Amino acid sequence: MTPAKQTPGKDYDDIPGTYVFDADRSRLGYHLNMFCMSLMKVENRKAFKENEAKYLDQFPLTPEQREAILKRQYNRLLELGGNIYFTAKLGATDGHPFQHLAALMTGATQQDYADMMLRGGRTVEGNRSRSGKNERPKIKARARSKGSKRRG
Amino acid sequence: MARIIAGITSSHVPAIGAAIDNHRTNEPYWQRVFEGFERSKEWMAKVKPDVVIGVYNDHASAFSVEIIPTFALGCAAEFPPADEGWGPRPVPVVQGHPKLAAHIAQSVILDEFDLTIVNKMEVDHGLTVPLNLMFGTPNEWPCPVIPLAVNVVMYPPPTGHRCFMLGRAIRKAVESYPEDLKVVVFGTGGMSHQISGQRAGLINSKFDHAFLDNLTKNPGKLMRMSHLEYMREAGAEGERW
Repeated sequence: MTPAKQTPGKDYDDIPGTYVFDADRSRLGYHLNMFCMSLMKVENRKAFKENEAKYLDQFPLTPEQREAILKRQYNRLLELGGNIYFTAKLGATDGHPFQHLAALMTGATQQDYADMMLRGGRTVEGNRSRSGKNERPKIKARARSKGSKRRG
Repeated sequence: MARIIAGITSSHVPAIGAAIDNHRTNEPYWQRVFEGFERSKEWMAKVKPDVVIGVYNDHASAFSVEIIPTFALGCAAEFPPADEGWGPRPVPVVQGHPKLAAHIAQSVILDEFDLTIVNKMEVDHGLTVPLNLMFGTPNEWPCPVIPLAVNVVMYPPPTGHRCFMLGRAIRKAVESYPEDLKVVVFGTGGMSHQISGQRAGLINSKFDHAFLDNLTKNPGKLMRMSHLEYMREAGAEGERW
């Protein structure tokens, strides 16, 4: 048995609406994620909520990261190296259920997001690829071409 | 000789844990989820495993961005529940099985798996939610649990092939342990899902059904699937187990 053939490079950047937390983002977001990690302690959550700007001074964040935290721009946080499992702790500190964050990231209201999930979630059709080159999975594409041959 | 008598796969959605902790399992929204686990729960109560090996993923609870182990085996005597931003879950402290864990570590490292050994670790919903689903809400968990945390925080997580081979090495390790123990392996995580970015909310049930079929019928196909295909078809956080 052999492992999968993996393409080197960032082929995953072709997936729309997705920020893969790779080594580059991990490096850029180190302090941002360490700030989020600090919110696992109740005394830190309290100190942050009392004075957010002052609390953030402890962490060598970029001005962009700082702004995104203060404004709770969750997609921007991912773009600037945040990881969702870490940024979720910021949402929890605000007392929000995760669904609130998910709705914010997709630009929907929490009710609309909840309704979408109850209807079976966001479809993968049309959501596979920015460029269109990866729109169909290989296996399905093969099955389709066989089918059209038979019909022909 | 110790032996693996079963493998169980289960979701570990944190909201399931919150529903249990807040006594909301009988609400119409949740009822069906919990009903679905009744049969497994009854089976577990009958079988009474001596040890559980809980394969799960840590969600930036035990490991931050300071250290990101690909495979981390919990060899401690106990693993307290982590504070994930809401205070620790009101669940019993997980008791480990340091002797069997050390044996597994030794055996799989000699089998060329470069495992990280963890002697102090808190465990999050990834491990404790499936324990609730299988054992209910007892004052103490009914048996020791050996946590095995698999990295899914930073790309790339280990390949399907590597996970499968590690599973085989663990079976060999368990079967070479002299004590007569019934071991159940939990594999926990999500089917297709994405919780980040504008594509959050993605569900691909067609892919999920094929994945479950292939787990038993054709695991080789899953082992050969690339990370790109998993993320594209099943979401950035999907099909990790």
